[in-house]
Amino acid sequence: MQVLIPTPLRSYTGARLVEAPGTTLGEVLAELDRRFPGIRFRMIDEQEAMRPHIRFFVDGEQTFDLSRPVRPGEALQIVQALSGG
Amino acid sequence: MASKKKAAKKAAPRARRPSAPVRRAPKRAARTVVLVATRKGAWLFHGDAARKRWRADGPHFLGHVLSHLVLDPRDGRTLLAAAKTGHLGPTVFRSTDLGRTWKEASRPPAFPRVPAVASAEGQAGEKGRVVDHTFWLTPGHASEPGTWYAGTSPHGLFRSEDGGVTWDPVAGLNDDPAYRRWMGGPQDGTPDGPKLHSVIVDPRDAAHLYLGMSSGGVHESLDRGASWAPLVQGMEVVEGFDPATIAFHDPHCVRLCPSNPDRLWQQNHCGIYRLDRPERTWVRVGRSMPKQVGDIGFPMVVHPRDQDTAWVFPMDGSTVWPRTAVGGKPAAFVTRNGGKTWKRLAAGLPAEQAWWTVKRQAMAADRGAPVGLYVGTTQGELWASRDEGARWTCLARHLPEIYAVETAELG
Repeated sequence: MQVLIPTPLRSYTGARLVEAPGTTLGEVLAELDRRFPGIRFRMIDEQEAMRPHIRFFVDGEQTFDLSRPVRPGEALQIVQALSGG
Repeated sequence: MASKKKAAKKAAPRARRPSAPVRRAPKRAARTVVLVATRKGAWLFHGDAARKRWRADGPHFLGHVLSHLVLDPRDGRTLLAAAKTGHLGPTVFRSTDLGRTWKEASRPPAFPRVPAVASAEGQAGEKGRVVDHTFWLTPGHASEPGTWYAGTSPHGLFRSEDGGVTWDPVAGLNDDPAYRRWMGGPQDGTPDGPKLHSVIVDPRDAAHLYLGMSSGGVHESLDRGASWAPLVQGMEVVEGFDPATIAFHDPHCVRLCPSNPDRLWQQNHCGIYRLDRPERTWVRVGRSMPKQVGDIGFPMVVHPRDQDTAWVFPMDGSTVWPRTAVGGKPAAFVTRNGGKTWKRLAAGLPAEQAWWTVKRQAMAADRGAPVGLYVGTTQGELWASRDEGARWTCLARHLPEIYAVETAELG
């Protein structure tokens, strides 16, 4: 699927948009980490929780569930949360 | 909270044999580099041989929160940087060419994952810990190239044996039931979380370690971190609290004396202390500081060749703890007699209306003769003295808030 990368993470991808396959959000993030080592841990902590200021939108819908299925044609937006300033 | 009885259960390590002070002739470095970590990036200040002219190299990692930047003295070229950003999780960056290029650790410090489903073995209800940021970096013993230690917030100790590429938790501390009680959680500690800091490796013995926890005491291991015991006797705590409770002890900065590894110095939330091993009782040597200044502060620096000389940079720890220079008049203080007396060193520093302070990692000494001192302020100024604090000059202004200052020598 197509993944929109926020500016804080573009040092990993070198691009605003990248492709990463997967059938769930978790699989897509794992594939991203395989291609861009280290990127997942900046977004997901060691207890498998999303970090407080990172948000995920699948096909425009916010999700906090790494097992959320993703379908062909959907896009993933990774967003840095607006956290008050 | 831990009781005195519980604290006593931790076996006291055997006392180390005292050794004669080590005195070496000063070897003048060709170049001193001052490593500055700030709230918004890192800078390297390269000095000439006279330490008069300085060249700023930076910013590195502009916008990243850098807690510590340390050069490995064992190879003179490997830099480790503890970093995070406002949005992203913590990591460690590594350079082997003095910061020209950086690579990220493939496995940064992180606590073990706690299974989502509680096991029958007692993890019911336990929430897995998460490293918020790596706060402290210490190169390992000279005999163990590639070994590093990292202290985190919340409290955690981690070790790398491959030069900072991969990190593993030190379970002997992190998972010890007593230490779990003494360690702070996200609600404790300094405004941005409890810190594990001052990780010290005895230069005579790679297995002999010390560390400090704010708050949570000073601790010692004689087996490379497999087991630990508190070393807090003699340390005072905030009035009204019980010093028998390890969690109430708040060492801000602990230093081992390079010329006598049996001597430790400490700047604590409650005073300045010295400990000469094999003794186990800290002596509050800050009582001899001027009464109007007091002996509260964050950093402490020890002379590289003189065990009786150490510097502090006091702050206002009265009333609501302003954590500013006392009276708006910043000054370092030096003792040259093991803490019996202290002398104010403020020539060149702002004479009044300067309300900054110096954090626990933001004061450092070089190995020159006379010793050079370096101080980074919360308002982004880097001050230096080429004469052991007698006269100060400002090397840089308008940097972000400075979190850490370290020195290194380049051949």
